[in-house]
Amino acid sequence: MPMEIITMNDHSLRHEAASAGEEESVDSVGYDFGLSRRGFVKVLGAGLLVAVSPMPAPAQRGGGRFGGQGARTISARIHLGKDGTITVLTGKVEAGQGARAELTQAAAEELRVPLSRIQLLMSDTGLVPDDGVTAGSGSTPRTVPAVRRGAAAARQALADFACRQWGVEPGAVEVRDGQAVHGPTQRALSYADLAATQDGPKSLEQPIPSDVVFTPVKQWKVLGTPTPRPNGRDIVTGAHKYPSDIHRPGMFYGKVLRAPAYGAKLTAIDLGPAKAMKDVAVLRDDEFVGVAAPTTFQAEQALAAIAGTAQWEHAPHPSSKELFAHLAKTAHGGLPANPFQEELAQAKQVLRQTYQVAYIQHAPMEPRAAVAEWSEGKLTVWTGTQNPFGCRSELARAFHLPEDRVRVIVPDFGGGFGGKHTGEAGVEAARLAQAAGRPVSLRWTRTEEFTWAYFRPAALIVIEASLDGQGALTSWHCVNVNSGGSALDTPYRAGKNRGQFINADAPLRHGSYRALAATANNFARESFMDELAAAGGLDPLQFRLAHLENPRLRAVLEAAAARFGWQQAAANKTPNVGVGLACGTEKGSYVAACAEIEADPSGNSLVVRRVTQVFECGPVLNPVNLASQVAGAVIMGLGGALREEMRFENGEIRNATFRKYLVPRFQDIPQLDVHFLNRPDLDPAGAGETPIIAIAPAVANALFRATGKRVRAMPLMGQPAAREEG
Amino acid sequence: MDKTFSFTVNGQARTVTTDPERPLLQVLREDLQLTGTKYGCGEGQCHACTVLINGKSTPSCITPVRNADGQSILTIEGLAQGERLHPVQEAFLAEGAFQCGYCTPGMILGVVEMLAQSPKPDDLEIRSRLQGHLCRCCNYPKIINAVHHAAAQTEGANANGDNHHE
Repeated sequence: MPMEIITMNDHSLRHEAASAGEEESVDSVGYDFGLSRRGFVKVLGAGLLVAVSPMPAPAQRGGGRFGGQGARTISARIHLGKDGTITVLTGKVEAGQGARAELTQAAAEELRVPLSRIQLLMSDTGLVPDDGVTAGSGSTPRTVPAVRRGAAAARQALADFACRQWGVEPGAVEVRDGQAVHGPTQRALSYADLAATQDGPKSLEQPIPSDVVFTPVKQWKVLGTPTPRPNGRDIVTGAHKYPSDIHRPGMFYGKVLRAPAYGAKLTAIDLGPAKAMKDVAVLRDDEFVGVAAPTTFQAEQALAAIAGTAQWEHAPHPSSKELFAHLAKTAHGGLPANPFQEELAQAKQVLRQTYQVAYIQHAPMEPRAAVAEWSEGKLTVWTGTQNPFGCRSELARAFHLPEDRVRVIVPDFGGGFGGKHTGEAGVEAARLAQAAGRPVSLRWTRTEEFTWAYFRPAALIVIEASLDGQGALTSWHCVNVNSGGSALDTPYRAGKNRGQFINADAPLRHGSYRALAATANNFARESFMDELAAAGGLDPLQFRLAHLENPRLRAVLEAAAARFGWQQAAANKTPNVGVGLACGTEKGSYVAACAEIEADPSGNSLVVRRVTQVFECGPVLNPVNLASQVAGAVIMGLGGALREEMRFENGEIRNATFRKYLVPRFQDIPQLDVHFLNRPDLDPAGAGETPIIAIAPAVANALFRATGKRVRAMPLMGQPAAREEG
Repeated sequence: MDKTFSFTVNGQARTVTTDPERPLLQVLREDLQLTGTKYGCGEGQCHACTVLINGKSTPSCITPVRNADGQSILTIEGLAQGERLHPVQEAFLAEGAFQCGYCTPGMILGVVEMLAQSPKPDDLEIRSRLQGHLCRCCNYPKIINAVHHAAAQTEGANANGDNHHE
């Protein structure tokens, strides 16, 4: 695999990487069931970042490119029924992040109809335009405008149609409440009227004009208002069919044989015991072994009967205890030297620290699940993926099919968090369905999800900075090994400044995660800023503000400190109680958090007592969903901050259950004050990711003030070997 | 060896012939097509699979179907009365107490049981009683709001003599 070193002061590379969604890249399982190349090729741990690779990476071929091509015509985006129904089509998915409500709002706003009139059809590759991967906080800044554009064009088509019908001047007609109205004559035509004419549908076959007129923010009636999830009733009644709930006539339930450890190769297996069972389909295709049966229970029994006969060849694999030494040793090209030797030589003070961030799992409530059905050489797959068109490409490649013979349907699914950019469960279900000659549902177990889904990459981060006699930063050198370049650039005025991201030989399959590397890079930078402030005897808030020019970042930081009562809280000398703050920016939105913690005197546990977080993402489009996203990000972020880490040894994941891998629960919630700075004067930015990046360093900084000990590792309360104190 | 078990599900008498050790969760989902009850972990650690057995909140993923024999089971599909939602369902809708919603059916049934035992719980009690229920979207604050909302509604309904939702 090609090795990539991104030097972050090279702006062309950085911007290319950011716009192509560099951090959304993921190690795919390269299933290939072709005749010429049997079995599957795993690229696990290869560390290839798709979008910055000079090679044409899999996700860039065919559909499923990061940004998608969108809708070329109005009718590809908006379908008007003669019966008055309005269907809006999008390739985005709903995984709980709120795209369904937000995109419905966008369409309703521009069509000028009530929300209830719109049915949003999402992520069926047979019907919808390719809006790219649902990732990278992209739905708000890119898909909302794309849907608005299509809807505004349909609205204009209705107005033009009415003008033609009535022979009045363009501009004499106004569209409101779903009707084109000619004021002077009190005549009205609806979208249904347009759809019912012969010419009407033709006018929607036109390309979406580039000069459509958006409804100005000041006239918004739907965007910016609290909008509940449109299919919420089906959620609370249990009627909604998640991917794992899809049922097809004659369907079997599948199970796949998993290797006992990373890198283990199957050398022999006896399928006989499963073949002897009634109604069980058994398949071996090189290293891929699976079964399908009328019930999950029978499939489990069949798999257990043959798993015991499997023989494996194991390969050496580094353990989580030696992970960071392994990353340092295998950093491609070695750890680069600080290029700012002159500044270091002239500095009053030089500080250098190393931070570690563990591998973690997304652990969405719904593990990967897929139903696959073959019919007349065509394949239909229902699955939970954030990348429907990419999943279609993955299936087409695995089965050597043209893409138009594959259809991927993504029902609203049970959580993604950046963890479902791939379609491996769909490929596996399709191979089993082929073998069984009937539809097959494959639902990964929790342990499979913990073990074989891709991880958020571990990070080793080294920062060195110099200060002059006035306590001002004169140089800043930051190196991220293995986890990515997002938010690597410091937002502070730091003199000579370079950030570098370097790949290493990653032991686990890794990929995206909510905000991905921005969490690691922000943790290191915001912890280090506190260490620098402490070295100069300065208040961490004042030290930051003295180096911070960006007005949006200053605004959230100052607002958070004021709401939290930073000055007073920082002066409190109660033993084992401490406060900390942190801020950051990523993907065009801004966040600051203040946290108060109480540490156990032993230093082995802590309670986060209260958190204030202020967030700004331009105009607030859906305040109720934003509140859920931001509060949810803070609480989810506490998991990675305090306890979440994957432990592995000899290629085996040692804590692949919720009993051993501790995610936040009800009793972990702090007293939480979440506040938004609404900026309707700016372009909207996404809000699903950035709110997670400030909480870990805020808690780490609070822990330092409570105990005087600095923990430079996420999780802060992780395995003792990974913790460094000073 | 398969055996025959009879129980009521959402008020209807049901009979299944199956392996006694099969988890009730799989029987509900695969044999009775009641897919509102979710698999989350298979070890009783996340409570996405919660059903009420004789009113008691039970993780169906670790309950062998033989334990359900002769019992009365309530799943999320049986909670509403026709078109009329249960107050806890109404409260989850009103408060937006779900994001992906995959934990919601189990969560709602857990809350139904809690309110039956403790009609006016405070935040501490809610956290403690719901500690077994995971929500990975971490929408916990709004779930707590929904519990208070439902408690207030139920109290109002009971005051009006309308208590068919016990």
